[in-house]
Amino acid sequence: MNRRRWMAGALATLGAAALSACGQTTSPVIMQALRMAEGLTRRAQRLLVPREALAPEYDASEISADFRANGSIDPAASDYVSLRDAGFVDYRLIIDGMVARPLSLSLDDLRARPSRTQITKHDCVEGWTSIGQWTGVRLETLLEEAGLNPEARYIVFYCFDALTQTEDGPRYYESIDLIDARHPQTILAYDMNGEVLAVPHGAPLRLRVERQLGYKQAKYIRRIEAVADFSHIEGGNGGYWEDQGYDWYAGI
Amino acid sequence: MTDQMADEPTVAIPMTSGSAGHHPDRPLPGGRVDTWRHPVAVRITHWLNVTAVVVLIMSGLNILLAHPHLYWGVRSTFADPWLSFGQIPDWLLIPQGRNLAEARRWHFAFAWLFVLNGLAYLIFAWLSGRFRHRLWPTKGDISGFWPSVVEHARFYFPKDDEARTYNVIQKLTYLVMVLVVLPMMLVTGLSMSPGFNAIGGLLLDLMGGRQSARTLHFISAALIIGFIVIHVGLVIWTGFFNNMRAMITGWFVIEPADPAKGDPL
Repeated sequence: MNRRRWMAGALATLGAAALSACGQTTSPVIMQALRMAEGLTRRAQRLLVPREALAPEYDASEISADFRANGSIDPAASDYVSLRDAGFVDYRLIIDGMVARPLSLSLDDLRARPSRTQITKHDCVEGWTSIGQWTGVRLETLLEEAGLNPEARYIVFYCFDALTQTEDGPRYYESIDLIDARHPQTILAYDMNGEVLAVPHGAPLRLRVERQLGYKQAKYIRRIEAVADFSHIEGGNGGYWEDQGYDWYAGI
Repeated sequence: MTDQMADEPTVAIPMTSGSAGHHPDRPLPGGRVDTWRHPVAVRITHWLNVTAVVVLIMSGLNILLAHPHLYWGVRSTFADPWLSFGQIPDWLLIPQGRNLAEARRWHFAFAWLFVLNGLAYLIFAWLSGRFRHRLWPTKGDISGFWPSVVEHARFYFPKDDEARTYNVIQKLTYLVMVLVVLPMMLVTGLSMSPGFNAIGGLLLDLMGGRQSARTLHFISAALIIGFIVIHVGLVIWTGFFNNMRAMITGWFVIEPADPAKGDPL
């Protein structure tokens, strides 16, 4: 009988959780419980997938002719617009935070460094996939140059674009851990499909972090900061979409 | 649960492979017999699976609505989808209204329950011999496949000792569900994970690319929904109370083939 009562209790608990799914939004307590699964997924993938394991690369014949541009496609911020109108000649990528030697690099500086080209798939959180060829400088190369402090744990990317298309709207940002930052395929891309990166796809510089979903691939990057944690930045969840409730670990 | 049986008089009833030896039949009035059918591990994993699958389907539909088009191959051909969906009513979604971020959290949390519970069931079914004794079709089952199809088409369902074991259609359906369709959900689901793709490239190629994996994920889900409709329909048709009692307590009542044949108690 005890076993029956235990089973009934377990089923009642699950039923209550399932019932709470029947709302427009989920209660914060249930959401907190569900969030534990994200940590489980991240740990399981980090355990199973070797640090250097590469995302699949594709043949040039498989490149999408209709690569979808999503999110911001033409940032309206005045600082971006003036850089864009001048052909990004005055653009400088800032790398600072917990580094020994902060950097300020022009596009020519970035192009002068060793490059990596890869044809990879871009998996949007919505479910679609496009395949593109990306050329850029490995993030690890730049982090080596800047000299990461030992207490740095995350790399944060600050972008020009605000999805509100207003001057004071929240600017897009993203963050990744050092495992992904040092991954061989993690690059700051300035070329796409053999041509200079176009505005809809993030000109002049976008992130490619190939083992995660599309919203981690920050476009229109203006600054990179090494931090120990990101709880003090914007909504504190490590990214624009993360602040809207999406998982920080977007490997699934 | 066997202790409460200790004082019962033993009644001579033919035992078949269908009932476990330590759960002897309990005779009931009218020639009906209470037989042992589902061990506790099967009952718990069944209901956990019901919970997980229902949440996964409802949150999955919400995720589908973020891009309600399916494609075959490695990439999306936006102008030419294989299949597109229109509106899905809010009451079929978790949460109840389009919300990709929350739907994903529900989906992946219950995916863990689905996978761990499914693994527990498979290990139990293998070690306990449930696959061999209860689910694997016998030679007689296979030769009787077509007659069994005809019986089902006439809505004739076995009674008496024939009802102790699963019939061949049941056996094959359950085997295909637990060994093919349900694992397919995990395999196609993982093939959509860019993190897992870094070690599962072979699996991704086997699926035919990420968009094929996504389409196969929905086809498998459609097969599960089809199974649920038929399964629940038959549970109701063949005796809702008896079937539910069996999956909750483990005990299943068998009706005599002809009530007159039963021994009055």
